[in-house]
Amino acid sequence: MLDVRGLRKVYEGSGRTVEAVRDLTFSVAAGELVCLVGPSGCGKTTLLKCMSGLLAPTGGEVLLDGRRVTGPPPGMAFVFQEYGRSLFPWMRVGQNVELPLKQKGMAKERRRALVADALESVGLADAAKAYPWQLSGGMQQRVAIARALAYEPQVLLMDEPFAAVDAQTRADLEDLVRRLWRERGITVLFVTHDIDEAVYLGERVVVLSASPTVVQEELVVDLPVERDQLNTRVQPRFAELRTRVYEQIQAAKRGSVSAAPGAPGAGVEKE
Amino acid sequence: MNGTFRVLRRLLFVVALPAVLLTVWWFASAGSTDVYWPPLETIVAAFPEVWDGERIRADLLPSLWRLLSGYALAAVVGVALGTLIGSYRTVRAFCEPVLEFLRAVPPPVLVPVIMLFAGIGDGMKIVVIAVGCVWPILLNTVEGVRAVDPVMTETARCYGVGGAARLRHLVLPSASPQIFAGLRQSLSIGIILMVISEMFAASNGLGFAIVQFQRGFAIPGMWTGILVLGLLGFLLSVVFQLVERRVLSWYHGLRDSSRRSP
Repeated sequence: MLDVRGLRKVYEGSGRTVEAVRDLTFSVAAGELVCLVGPSGCGKTTLLKCMSGLLAPTGGEVLLDGRRVTGPPPGMAFVFQEYGRSLFPWMRVGQNVELPLKQKGMAKERRRALVADALESVGLADAAKAYPWQLSGGMQQRVAIARALAYEPQVLLMDEPFAAVDAQTRADLEDLVRRLWRERGITVLFVTHDIDEAVYLGERVVVLSASPTVVQEELVVDLPVERDQLNTRVQPRFAELRTRVYEQIQAAKRGSVSAAPGAPGAGVEKE
Repeated sequence: MNGTFRVLRRLLFVVALPAVLLTVWWFASAGSTDVYWPPLETIVAAFPEVWDGERIRADLLPSLWRLLSGYALAAVVGVALGTLIGSYRTVRAFCEPVLEFLRAVPPPVLVPVIMLFAGIGDGMKIVVIAVGCVWPILLNTVEGVRAVDPVMTETARCYGVGGAARLRHLVLPSASPQIFAGLRQSLSIGIILMVISEMFAASNGLGFAIVQFQRGFAIPGMWTGILVLGLLGFLLSVVFQLVERRVLSWYHGLRDSSRRSP
């Protein structure tokens, strides 16, 4: 469904070049929920911008359903971390969700139905007439998710969407994403810097190295599909997986790509 | 009960200072024999006979028409050009020095110049008002358009909101608080230019009327004209505030809510 092949991005700025992403290859199958996790400053945002067509890669390519991404594709929806700056404050909640559908040239009744359905499934059926700034942070992010759902994307990209909400809201939103993924069978790529969140949410976790970014490791999360905040997080398997991801992140920070145990510092490239 | 009390209190605050000032004026000027400083009582007495229906039609309405046309012209041109200049870095770099120069020229200076090619009719006055009013609107629009949030811009791109829809749903609403700041500044400039252009060359209008009264030594009449100008400015600013509060209700709400929870 979503293929990233040999992606490379070099920023050329005043006199110096920065290689943000070196060589990334991974794919997300249809209906899969994949989490991307990496040390902070590892080029996650660059990667996402290249994938969504907002930024042109220096090398390699991104394919959505076999077609090369050159600009924002209509089959892709985006949920940003900065919910407060992603919703338009001059539009009511319902209008925010509806605007992208209008751009698609959809008939009014169909739009209405999609908006109502999307708001319903994020638990905000009554909030259509409110302005985003009248809602709490968590509710605003729900609106952004509803906007993405109503857009009926093939792939949903989420860029650290819960980094700015409090812990309890965050747990609720994580469960919401799991539920929507299961109910609607959508394909989700979820980027986070939170290891627990990555393991709890994902069916697969892709660990990224420090910048210049490559794939450090891919890891299948073999936890049951039915997950809940209380029981899943205390399972021994959950602890093992999170330890594994944690080790990989630490290895990534040290700059060791292979991270073979007993060989610390092997393959050190540079700071 | 509490509500009516609050309304009364606000009304009292609004009315208090003008009432005090008028009272001071009234008593300070009472019994004045100076021809140029007639008692307020005389001015008030002259008011209804000077500003009868005929004069309102002959002087006030033409002034208002010139002001509003010039202002509307400035708003349309200012917002359109400002959006264009604000959207493109190259256009901005190209236009900026010229804009700074033109902005620095005091608009009243342009009255004799504009008279040369626009004549002395309504057209000239409208052009003068528009030329003076356009700068605050233009420059504020440029700033507002430049300041559109990059996350919102990316959101629009991701969701296929481009072209005219982007302008209508993202750029202009986002810049609207700045645009209104410019419109507000321009309103007072517009009134000043309306009066000045009418003092230069006109056969009617508020500015013309005031100069006529002064030349004919109808001093109380001249004072009533000044009062009418003040009232006109006040009323226009009240109307402006009403419109602004309506159009920017989201902005005030957003500001209040972010103030409550920083």
